[in-house]
Amino acid sequence: MRRVLPAWPVLEQLRRRDLKALGRTAFSERTEQLGPRTAKADEVVRSVCPYCSVGCGQLVYLKDGRITDIEGDPDSPISGGCLCPKGAATFQLVTGSHRTKQVLYRKPYGTKWETLPLATAMEMVAQRVKQTRDETWEETDPKGNVVNRTLGIAHLGGATLDNEENYLIKKLFTALGVVQVENQARI
Amino acid sequence: MAECHPVGFRFVMEAKRRGATIIHVDPRFTRTSAVADIHVPIRPGTDIAFLGGLVNYIITNERYFTEYVKAYTNATALVNENFKDTEDLDGLFSGWNSEKGQYEISSWQYDGAEVGPAAGKREMFSGEPMSERGTQSGAIHHDETMQDPRCVFQIVKRHYSRYTPEMVEDICGIPQDKFLQVAEALCSNSSRERTSAFCYAVGWTQHSIGVQYIRTACIVQLLLGNIGRPGGGIMALRGHASIQGSTDIPTLYNLLPGYLPMPHAKYDTDLPTYLEANGSTSGWWSEMPKYMVSLLKAYWGDDATEHNEYGYHYLPRLSGDHSHQVTVAAMADGVVKGYFVMGENPAVGSMHGQLQRKGLRELDWLVVRDFAPTETAEFWKTAPEIERGEVRPEDIGTEVFFFPAATHTEKDGSFTNTQRLLQWHHKAIEPPGDCRSELGFTYHLGRRLRELYADSAEQRDLGIQRLTWDYPTKGPHEEPDAEAVLKEINGYTVQDGKAMSGFKDLKDDGSTACGCWIYSGAYADDANQTARRKPADEQTWVAPDWGWAWPSNRRLMYNRASADPDGNPWSERKRYVWWDAQKKKWTGEDVPDFIETRPPDYRPAEDATGTDTIGGADPFIMQADGLGWLYAPNGLQDGPLPTHYEPEESVAENALYLQQCNPARMEWDRKDNPFHRAFDDPRFPYAITTYRLTEHHTAGGMTRWLSWLSELQPEMFCEISPELAREKGLRNGDWATISTARTVIECRVLVTERIRPMRIRKRIVHTIGLPYHWGTKGLVTGDSTNDLIGFVADPNSSIQESKAFTGNIERGRRGRGRGMLEPIDDKLRDLPEVHKPRGKHGVRAATSQEDEET
Repeated sequence: MRRVLPAWPVLEQLRRRDLKALGRTAFSERTEQLGPRTAKADEVVRSVCPYCSVGCGQLVYLKDGRITDIEGDPDSPISGGCLCPKGAATFQLVTGSHRTKQVLYRKPYGTKWETLPLATAMEMVAQRVKQTRDETWEETDPKGNVVNRTLGIAHLGGATLDNEENYLIKKLFTALGVVQVENQARI
Repeated sequence: MAECHPVGFRFVMEAKRRGATIIHVDPRFTRTSAVADIHVPIRPGTDIAFLGGLVNYIITNERYFTEYVKAYTNATALVNENFKDTEDLDGLFSGWNSEKGQYEISSWQYDGAEVGPAAGKREMFSGEPMSERGTQSGAIHHDETMQDPRCVFQIVKRHYSRYTPEMVEDICGIPQDKFLQVAEALCSNSSRERTSAFCYAVGWTQHSIGVQYIRTACIVQLLLGNIGRPGGGIMALRGHASIQGSTDIPTLYNLLPGYLPMPHAKYDTDLPTYLEANGSTSGWWSEMPKYMVSLLKAYWGDDATEHNEYGYHYLPRLSGDHSHQVTVAAMADGVVKGYFVMGENPAVGSMHGQLQRKGLRELDWLVVRDFAPTETAEFWKTAPEIERGEVRPEDIGTEVFFFPAATHTEKDGSFTNTQRLLQWHHKAIEPPGDCRSELGFTYHLGRRLRELYADSAEQRDLGIQRLTWDYPTKGPHEEPDAEAVLKEINGYTVQDGKAMSGFKDLKDDGSTACGCWIYSGAYADDANQTARRKPADEQTWVAPDWGWAWPSNRRLMYNRASADPDGNPWSERKRYVWWDAQKKKWTGEDVPDFIETRPPDYRPAEDATGTDTIGGADPFIMQADGLGWLYAPNGLQDGPLPTHYEPEESVAENALYLQQCNPARMEWDRKDNPFHRAFDDPRFPYAITTYRLTEHHTAGGMTRWLSWLSELQPEMFCEISPELAREKGLRNGDWATISTARTVIECRVLVTERIRPMRIRKRIVHTIGLPYHWGTKGLVTGDSTNDLIGFVADPNSSIQESKAFTGNIERGRRGRGRGMLEPIDDKLRDLPEVHKPRGKHGVRAATSQEDEET
């Protein structure tokens, strides 16, 4: 009886002042041990939401070299810890199974994707750029003005990328004589 | 704003808690309207009539901020006597050249002096017959009483005199009492003691007269004294994490980093000519040679010397418009052979999807970089025209490479947010598999190309051979060090490689290198200033120690205007930046946007040049005359004053002028781009507008593949009013087909009072609202709204007109047949004498680009 009585829930509820049994009384041993993923992180990395332009602060939680959660950064004067539905889905954006992790290649007139080693694909693209550039180079326009360019190659994208990436893209394409460099800011 | 920038909207809610009146102007009722004090439904495409009505109200009722207007705007300046207004010419300004189909702007200039624009399509004016950009401000004639009929104030007053509350009701469908309620609320909250702010997004920019929408807001805000002051301003709410950054460090055809124009083939033949033609003799742009030479030093390093004009001749030249739509048209015509698409999805996100995909089919090769193959990567496999059987994959010759991209958590780098704030995001983990950053992709592509070109003796290959491209790499994937790139952007002294502390130290003699002058200071003291993260509650409300804002970590631009001409705050309540007479310098809550030690009573000498021309009470230092422009004597393609024109396709005739549309709009006259009648097309009787939803992001590449977001917004739909639903026999949840001359799409019907029918001159006009996120790929699929839209654009920004066009709606699902119709050219868009050269941006686009300038 001495062993059974303390386990009687009513006594436990009285002892814990939890008359409705909706508090600690209802906890199992496992529940007691539960805690937020974020509390067990090895490291927290400061980041910024990749969706709209408000620039909400994000905290990326890491455990054993994997991302375990992404939360709003309460220190941010912009967002004060908030994230919207898109920002709150960032964890799925970066860890989800939708991501393709191999280079895909579609042959001219092909009906399906094939895979390519990254280095092979990089070299193929470099050769395409060189060939197209050399074939479509314009030294001067029909009126004799120096144009020093190719209209055979164009680029689109940048609004979702980093400043440093946009810098290298503009620098490389400008040096190659590619003028048709554009991004979502035009849209 | 609550829908598309939800967390930014928390500041609006905070303002509301403190007593601010929130006014929401939008064709539909949204989450923003739900918490606004006043919701103003407006017919899509008529905002200039509405804002012009506010200008008229402010002037007629003398509600403008007189001291501010006289001291800080060009209201008192006199304009050239040859100027003619749209009131005189039924919707045209003086200078229309019907041969070229564009304006000659000399008659718009000030009396006594010609000024260059501080922004806008600067390269288009490069080399125009004016020997000097900028001017001695003293040469401009002013009438301080603002009574001279030729002064800007009187011209503005006359221009908007017919934009009455009655006219606003007739054009916009806004009842007069509601308009007057808005006008009164705005005016009574704008003074020494109070300021009002405007926020806008692509609902203002995506029009054939979009730039002038924002210009009208500028006029309103300058008249009310709401620019450069805390709580004031006109805020562009941009849509992507770094779309501001990709404008500042532009992946844009017409700009070099820091808003330096790309050189033009015809005018900018060498560096001195380029600097003379694009710089300014007055105002801050007189510093431009320092920024350009430092950029060339950053690009070409030791090879850039005075002897070779710092490598200026390696730069390619423009010969006209090479923007996105022009490029796609050129692609469809076979001119473009290879295309890189990085983190963008034009097959869904850009106007006229069929024409976009036709362009892709004509390429030799396409490179797409994204998280998963998008509609753009799979245009050959899953497009609507493939489904309809019009095109077979076996007939498409384009070679396609898909490279998987790293996420922001897998790379170091900075985003620039909508308030010009750079924030560093740190790499948390290495990217998986073959996923790589664009930084790594671009670096290694460049490295391979430099190897391929290493042995070339061709003159044209010098630019790539001599490019500085030796970035340190790190990690298992040999990704370049992003901080090293940021340091190059920030700038450094050539001799010892020390980081610049800001653009004021840049030189035009080749001793400094700087990749983007406005970002100079982001890596000051050889430390990454963009990574600063001092918690909000440990610093002032301006939060200067969180990230880094361009220019010079300044959070509010043109903040000299927050003080009166004598340098004192306009009021105690609105004090922000002021002149400290004891210390003899500008000080305040923020970094002053002014020459730090220039006293308010400084007046430039007659023969002053450069930054010495900036008077102590001229807050708008980037302008050649230091003033806010109510009237723009230069810089715009379509008029010095915003004027109401109807969209390319409208439900209504222009009630103000015989000229129906913006005469200078960009129009693609091609068979594959048919238009509706200018107005009253019986086949397409409804107004259509497009928008985004909270749960999806633009073309969906970062949301439609995620189950968490897809289940919140699983299906393409249209929003229509109960009245239109009754008229067309549509019920909530039904399928409907929406059509334009370009194509047909299908979607579910959402019958809702969020969209209201409008009374426009005793006629009822219905609007159809369409979100545009869906496509053929991802977890949730649906037809793409942008397929409905034709190629038309604003002449200043070359931005598509997608927020106002016409179409039809019918019950039921679409058939599998082809949607495109024959064009009807009704010639009603322009005055009889307005002639637009055929094919200006059309067939053989690249060739016609050459002709554009002739």
